[in-house]
This record gives sequence, structure tokens and C-alpha cells, in this order.
Amino acid sequence: MNLETLPAWAALPAAMLLVLGGLFTVIGSFGLIRLREFFQRMHGPSMGNTLGTGCVLIASVLVSSALAARPVVHELPITVFVVTTAPMTAMLLMRAAVHRSKALKNRR
Amino acid sequence: MNGLLEFAIGFAQFCFVLAMVFAAYRLLRGPSAQDRVLALDTFYVNGMLTLLMLGIRSATTVFFDIALLIALFGFVGSVALAKFLLRGEVIEP
Repeated sequence: MNLETLPAWAALPAAMLLVLGGLFTVIGSFGLIRLREFFQRMHGPSMGNTLGTGCVLIASVLVSSALAARPVVHELPITVFVVTTAPMTAMLLMRAAVHRSKALKNRR
Repeated sequence: MNGLLEFAIGFAQFCFVLAMVFAAYRLLRGPSAQDRVLALDTFYVNGMLTLLMLGIRSATTVFFDIALLIALFGFVGSVALAKFLLRGEVIEP
């Protein structure tokens, strides 16, 4: 069985999730070049990337489960990892940015 | 029905590559160091997603292990860079 003969109950939601995830990711990353300062720029990628990764990985679980004709949760660790670590990175970067902007202000 | 999934995979791949271009612009341009770290973070997540698209398209499981490794090392790299920006040192005694 390959992608050509995938049943419709898996192909349709998977295609929708992929398009949705791509749109989320590209909008989130577009915020990176559109927004003015760092504290605004923080929001776009951290939200868009988490949502986009979640959508893509659910689609991937659907497709590989339908291909193997049994539940395959091979991709679930990636989802859990990305969803738990993205806020941690964002928080650390935010603290670093606050610290650095304070230091810059004190120097002036 | 089957052309639909192919189209969705191609569309998502195009979106991720476009997002990588945006992130690369911010990575090269970024006025401050934390901008560049944020752009690098976005960049590796988008690269991982592009790899996952390849994995769905070719229906093999090798790509998922590579994607997990990219996620792991990318997270460690981002945290190390953020820690360096915060303290000036990565591993404190």
C-alpha cells in the first residue's frame, strides 16, 4: 500500500491538517520579519511553530496508521518533545532579552 | 482524492521553505543577538518539518528518527545560546 491507494477517511483530514499546519507556520514566521521589535517578534514563531508542528505530526500519524493498517504512534515523541520544549526556549530567550535590555539601559 | 494529499504535501513543503527564507532573513539581518537566536530556533523547526514532509511522501520511517534528533539538538543549542545571552556562560561551576 502506498500514498496513491490511501483510503479517503485518512487522506482528507491529513490533507486538511497539512495545509492548515503550513499556513500556521508561514504566518508565524512572517511575523518574524514584519513585527517591529524583539518583544513583539517573540510571539509569532513560538505560537505558529508549535501549532504547525502539532498539525503536521497528527497528519503524519494518520497517514502512517492508514498505511500500516494499525495504530502507529511513532511520531508522538516528536510532538510531545516539541510542544514541551518550545515554551521553555521562548521563556529563556525572553528572560535573556529582558536582562540585556535592562543592562543596555543602565549603561546609557 | 489521491492528488489531494500530494497537493497538500507540496503546499506544506512550499510553506515551510518560505518560512525558512523568512527566518534566514532575520538570522542575517537581526539587529540584536536574541533576534538571531530566535530566528535560528524557527529555522531548525522549519527544517525538521520539511524533513517530516519528505518522510510522509516517501512512506519510510527513517526520516522520523532524523527529525527527532534535529528537534533534540536544536533545543539543546537554543537553550545553550539563550543561557549564554543571559549569563555570559553556558555551564556554570
